[in-house]
Amino acid sequence: MKNTFSALKLTLLCLIFFSVLYPLAIMGIAHFAPNKGAGEVITLNEKVVGFQKIGQSFTKDNYFWGRPSAVAYNAAGSGGSNKGANNPEYLKIVQDRIDSFMAHNPTVKKEDIPAEMATASGSGLDPNISPIAAQIQINRIAKARSISANTLQQLIEANIQKPLLGMFGPSTVNVLELNLALDKIK
Amino acid sequence: MNTELLGIIFMFAATLILAVPLGKYTAKIFSGDKTLLDPLFRPVEQFFYKFSGIDATKQMNWKQHLYALLSIHVIWFLLCFFTLIFQGSLPLNPDGNPSMSPDLAFNTAISFLVNCNLQHYSGETGVSYLSQLLLMFLQFVSAGAGMAVCAMVFNAMKERQTEALGNFYNYFLKSCTRILLPLSIVVAIILVFNGSPMTLAGKASITTLQGDSVQVSRGPVAAFVAIKHIGTNGGGFFGANSAHPLENPNYRTNMVEMIAQMIIPFAMIFAMGFYLKRRKLAWNIFGVMTIGFLLLVIPTVITEIHGNPAIHQLGISQPNGAMEGKEVRFGPAASGYWSIATTVISTGSVNSMHDSGMPLSGTMQLLAMMTNCFYGGCGVGFLNYYIFIILAVFLSGLMVGRTPEFLGKKVEAREVKIAAFIAILHPLLILAGTALASYFAAHDTAMGYWFNGKATGWLNNPNNHGFSEMLYEYTSSAANNGSGFEGLGDNNPFWNISTGIILLLSRFIPIIGPLAIAGLLAQKKHIPDSAGTLKTDSTIFGVMTFAIIFIIAALSFFPALALGPLAEYFSMI
Repeated sequence: MKNTFSALKLTLLCLIFFSVLYPLAIMGIAHFAPNKGAGEVITLNEKVVGFQKIGQSFTKDNYFWGRPSAVAYNAAGSGGSNKGANNPEYLKIVQDRIDSFMAHNPTVKKEDIPAEMATASGSGLDPNISPIAAQIQINRIAKARSISANTLQQLIEANIQKPLLGMFGPSTVNVLELNLALDKIK
Repeated sequence: MNTELLGIIFMFAATLILAVPLGKYTAKIFSGDKTLLDPLFRPVEQFFYKFSGIDATKQMNWKQHLYALLSIHVIWFLLCFFTLIFQGSLPLNPDGNPSMSPDLAFNTAISFLVNCNLQHYSGETGVSYLSQLLLMFLQFVSAGAGMAVCAMVFNAMKERQTEALGNFYNYFLKSCTRILLPLSIVVAIILVFNGSPMTLAGKASITTLQGDSVQVSRGPVAAFVAIKHIGTNGGGFFGANSAHPLENPNYRTNMVEMIAQMIIPFAMIFAMGFYLKRRKLAWNIFGVMTIGFLLLVIPTVITEIHGNPAIHQLGISQPNGAMEGKEVRFGPAASGYWSIATTVISTGSVNSMHDSGMPLSGTMQLLAMMTNCFYGGCGVGFLNYYIFIILAVFLSGLMVGRTPEFLGKKVEAREVKIAAFIAILHPLLILAGTALASYFAAHDTAMGYWFNGKATGWLNNPNNHGFSEMLYEYTSSAANNGSGFEGLGDNNPFWNISTGIILLLSRFIPIIGPLAIAGLLAQKKHIPDSAGTLKTDSTIFGVMTFAIIFIIAALSFFPALALGPLAEYFSMI
């Protein structure tokens, strides 16, 4: 019995230490982080248009598209499709995405479409695409906005995030930031 | 692609370089030597002991260790269970999430209690912030408890005859305050400055650039994610776990989280070496584990980089490999590497959806959990490997016709029986569970109370892959891993209760077993080394242990693997 009371009191102290003091300390430090630890937001004309790390749905021809999402880019939830690699129902969905992509991008050859544009991400909120996936959308956007392909090429290059320290990991483009930069081109 | 390979090589090297000094530090903590953080934490610990009425210098034998361990776990379970079933009416619930059903609360409480974090709910909608903070408490103490048992086993491996094996509370509290907490603070700070939220504010509603209305879930993420990895727990704050951009914002945090989850499992092996002054044995064990790890990780990374053959047939290109269920910022190499790291150690956090990985990767992930002893979870990984050492000592002894000995102690029938029982329990729990669920799925049984609808309704994929989903769920439960083929519809009484029971059995029996063996061996007379002693730090003994692991752990699962991911693999080439 004495043992149980001891364990109970030890539990209480551990609770205070690890579930209250530790998170409070981190929260205190988070005040010095971007947006005081409430998530880094992007504002346009003093209005929040998105979170820097959270992808958004882009379906119009005049924006760069991100990847397909299993949660429709609503970050109230998150998750992937969890479809197996050769599930017939899944492969049909991928085929539909390829067809739709080709209908909107008639100049792109099928074998040039990178798989990321036809497959859903793990979180359903992937904010990035690879530089190749951005480049194959140039012709569509150039036509929709009447901007030269060259300008768009430069825009993409200015927005490429290089591998960490130039050594580790893939190169990426943040779709939301790229589209915000695109809107600024007059 | 080269930068991606460099990335994973760097992650492994960095973990190893950091783990050796951490192992030395851990050994000092366990032996009570002076360390840097003494002035800070000694008064805190003294206060803990004084307030609780615990004499942390009292020596315990193995049975007293066990009693202390189990009784405190009952308290933790009750605390967590009741909080979860009433969370809807308790404070710190800005998103108004509902209380858990009793079967889900049973599963969740057990799964965090046993360091598994299976999570049959999604963090965004399934738990309040109060519950998240309480689950975070369990992430600390369950890892600390595992390390405490491991410390006691180290103690029993010393060259002496004794019943006194240290104090459970002392090992437990010091593991939490001196090791888990400082490391978590470092990781949490890195996460916060890379964009993980740390706030008590609820969901944010925004209108996107294109004019859609969406919400963004937030919360005290950074602190939670830090201990989730340091303690090899793996339970995600959000549903998508470390694939979520707020839980793992960029490649840098991905590296940090990867190193964070592997560092203590690595360090515990070196801690054993420093603690017993048997560094050669530590490196020998580390070598065997690393070979096992590489044999699993290399095929996985290659197959993920290579891409999905079924997508290839649709005629598009896969410059970044197989991308379903993966994030662009990590790429296939770091995702494949993570999927094996998280399954060999018992973290079970994911940065890609394993359900959508290639069949060969699924095979490797399953094998990693089926062997369950390459590095392994906080503390318990070493305990699992310890069982295989005992079996290897015994079989080697039989082969050369000598009395089997381990570190100067005779290994006799009683210890071997316990070890054999533990080794067989793991496949038994996994295969029996999978057989039961498959029976219902094959007959498409109407499940009544246990599941809303017919049994095939819980599958998200047909055929072999559907079988793999069920096999994976029980394997993950029995390995106390917590990752999943998440397509499986698992939030219902059938899965909540069946996996809950397996979680309990597969956590505590494999802790009791090695604890008992170590306790029994420690009571025996120490026999000094002679010319006839089996050298347990030799390469040949390492090979022997690996062979035992392969025969027992891998081959007993081969038929099940053949029906699931292997059949799927061969149907795709």
